[in-house]
Amino acid sequence: MSIILSAILTLLALAIVFGAILGFAAIKFKVEGNPIVDEIDNLLPQTQCGQCGFPGCRPYAEAIANGEEINKCPPGGEVTIQSLADLLDVEATPLDAEHGEEKGKQVAVIREDECIGCTKCIQACPVDAILGAAKQMHTVIADECTGCDLCVEPCPVDCIDMVLVPEDIKSWTWENPGNQPQIAGNIIATDKAPEVAV
Amino acid sequence: MKQIWDFHGGIHPKENKEQSNQDGISDAGIPPRLILPLQQHIGHRAEPVVSVGDKVLKGQLIAKAVGAISVAVHAPTSGSVTAIEDHPVPHASGMTDLCVLIETDGKDSWCERTPCEDYSTLSKDELLSRIRNAGIAGMGGAGFPTAIKLHPPRQDKVNTLILNGAECEPYITSDDRLMRERASEVILGLEIMAYILQPGECLIGVEDNKPEAIAALREAAKETQVEVVTIPTKYPSGGEKQLIKILTGSEVPHGRIPADIGVMCQNVATAAAVYRAIRFGEPLISRVTTMTGDCIANKGNQNVLIGTPIDWLLEQNGYLNQKGSRLVMGGPMMGFTLHDTKLPVVKTTNCLLAATNKELTPPQPAQACIRCGMCSEVCPAELLPQQLYWFAKGQEFEKAEHHNLFDCIECGACSYVCPSTIPLVQYYRYAKGEIKQIKADQEKSNQARERFEFRQERIEREKAEKEAKRKARAEAAAKAQAAKKEAAAAKGTAASSPTEGSTANDKAAAIQAALQRVEAKKQAQTAPEVTLESLQKKLLSAEDKLSKMENAWKDAVENNPERAEKLATAVESSKTNVAKLNAQISEMNKGTGQAGGSEPQAPVGPSIEELQKNVDKAKSKLQLMLDTLEDAKLNHPDRVEKLERAITKNHTRVSHAETALSEATNAKKTTESTESNG
Repeated sequence: MSIILSAILTLLALAIVFGAILGFAAIKFKVEGNPIVDEIDNLLPQTQCGQCGFPGCRPYAEAIANGEEINKCPPGGEVTIQSLADLLDVEATPLDAEHGEEKGKQVAVIREDECIGCTKCIQACPVDAILGAAKQMHTVIADECTGCDLCVEPCPVDCIDMVLVPEDIKSWTWENPGNQPQIAGNIIATDKAPEVAV
Repeated sequence: MKQIWDFHGGIHPKENKEQSNQDGISDAGIPPRLILPLQQHIGHRAEPVVSVGDKVLKGQLIAKAVGAISVAVHAPTSGSVTAIEDHPVPHASGMTDLCVLIETDGKDSWCERTPCEDYSTLSKDELLSRIRNAGIAGMGGAGFPTAIKLHPPRQDKVNTLILNGAECEPYITSDDRLMRERASEVILGLEIMAYILQPGECLIGVEDNKPEAIAALREAAKETQVEVVTIPTKYPSGGEKQLIKILTGSEVPHGRIPADIGVMCQNVATAAAVYRAIRFGEPLISRVTTMTGDCIANKGNQNVLIGTPIDWLLEQNGYLNQKGSRLVMGGPMMGFTLHDTKLPVVKTTNCLLAATNKELTPPQPAQACIRCGMCSEVCPAELLPQQLYWFAKGQEFEKAEHHNLFDCIECGACSYVCPSTIPLVQYYRYAKGEIKQIKADQEKSNQARERFEFRQERIEREKAEKEAKRKARAEAAAKAQAAKKEAAAAKGTAASSPTEGSTANDKAAAIQAALQRVEAKKQAQTAPEVTLESLQKKLLSAEDKLSKMENAWKDAVENNPERAEKLATAVESSKTNVAKLNAQISEMNKGTGQAGGSEPQAPVGPSIEELQKNVDKAKSKLQLMLDTLEDAKLNHPDRVEKLERAITKNHTRVSHAETALSEATNAKKTTESTESNG
């Protein structure tokens, strides 16, 4: 009898001790916010364009953490969807065309002769990438522009263009050799594309 | 005999050096046109300091280094600048970049140089700045600015200075010929570098397939501390990290530079260029380039001016264009194919290989990897090429990075031995590019997030401030309302109860007294002993200052735009200062006019004569303008609009002056009439 009693008492004591430790740890090492939101936010392209229907990238990240679809980000495109699918361990679905198409990297350019200095685009820019003042010409800081095209709509004189960022000698990188048809796929050497003399 | 070590892997491709190393270095001559890319090095592009049409002399600076890591560009011969524009440059992408185009005049006349007989009379900083101004970038292939490499952070003492004369890549013999013919220049250049760095030992590593070069160097280095070390021929012993392993036995850690382990490696051609820059004050305007391959009739090494068009150079040496031939800049292992011959020779062009189809067989189609492991056996960086290949192909870039993809020196040994002819190096280059791109994108998105969050915060703060202001206003209004009510109530009660009324009166009196005190204080502040004279003096000096500043500003606008901005703000503030003083003086005048009753005729306005003069002046100006307008209509139609605008402005001015005049005369008449009446 005493053996059973002592066993119960011992277990009880252990339970109290561990319970206290766990309780303390839960308070001491409490995680603020949802860490998965940060991770998702990190993968989103941070254009803050709102094409997903949420007011910015972080709200969309929060929505994804709460079970929203991962295919609503056109600026991120397939790459973002794939990395989100890897992170959340869900199936990668093709981009939802309802929210827009994946375009190349863009940057806003103001046709400065036509700008009337209304500051509407400045207020619309989510990353403060437009410089100017009332009745003064505005200009886009190209390095800071995320290409979200939120400034195009409010412009009363339609003087903002979204232009694709051209590839130059500094941004050029080697192509994937797997994509070059004359190397990949053709097992028979004579299938090669005809040589062009230099 | 110095002990040497061996590095992992390596291959022994056919050397093919005898085609081009038989004859001495000849001079390529001056082409009719030079194309000088402003980016021939690692770092920022140089900025042109000449403009189209300028005459330039040999050795004259045409583009200056911009930023911390950059290299200047000099005119390789005398001539005139015909264009500064985008032109195709020798780059693996085949793209264009900004170039300065020079039409040569054939005179080859030098600009002024600053030679130096004895480098030890100069300070280290002076030597470094001369090397920097000479536009020297590493001539082995990478093109890293030499002056920056020679100036490692202070904590990294360089114990071993190595000159790289290995030249391990097949076909290339430019360093070989240079060491044979200009051994003394190489040694003297090394001595200058050693003087700057003060290393414990100086070594020159040369592969044993260049016995003549070794003999020449040993002869030149007889009286010096320099040791010429013969190393076994194996590709890629000329790689910086591999040569360091061979000569010192130590390895450069991942992600670090040789200076971190107290070693520095420089190319032999760079050393020769450093010598010429210090001794003769000659900037880097030419280099030794190997012309080889079976498509070239006269194979050999030539001293080529930087910027010489390759098509001209090939033509000079008997270029036989054949079907399927390939033109490669650099060697067959690490060079890249040029798809155009209208490209210039640059500072890093050590070889032009115009190979026939037989010499450089076109790449065979890649077959499946059979996991033979030969690639990892030959990898000089001791990587796992096969794994890296899978990761690059599967776009698992993070894993590739964890397998030290960035330690790959792209030597091509793995592709050389691959029995499945997989273009391994191309995969690694692709993966490296993608990883860099991803990192840049990540950085940009982080920046965008930061800016976005900052903006949100600012908007929130502005909102809160507005809200607080609104609240404060509402509170103040409520208080005023309450005070009014109280006062009304006090009035009401004052009539009924005299005791309360007296307290209210006391309060009112106290407030009155306080207000008076404040008023008195204000007056004491605003009325110091400023007299009219002192103010006028101040005004004079301020105006003087303003005119001086404006002059300086105009000057600066032409010469120094940065300073001009600052001056403009200064001028503005000065102007406001003058205006303020003017206002003060006029106020003072008024004050004295009012206060001093003894001076009854205070100047009320300009006299009638003055007004008349004004009108005349304005009218004559208007007439002048109308005349010029007539003239402009005939000769300068673009000016007419501006003139018309000015004329309308002047019209209003005239009418203003006239009304002022008529008013004044009227006023005079009335006063006269009243006087006569009186």
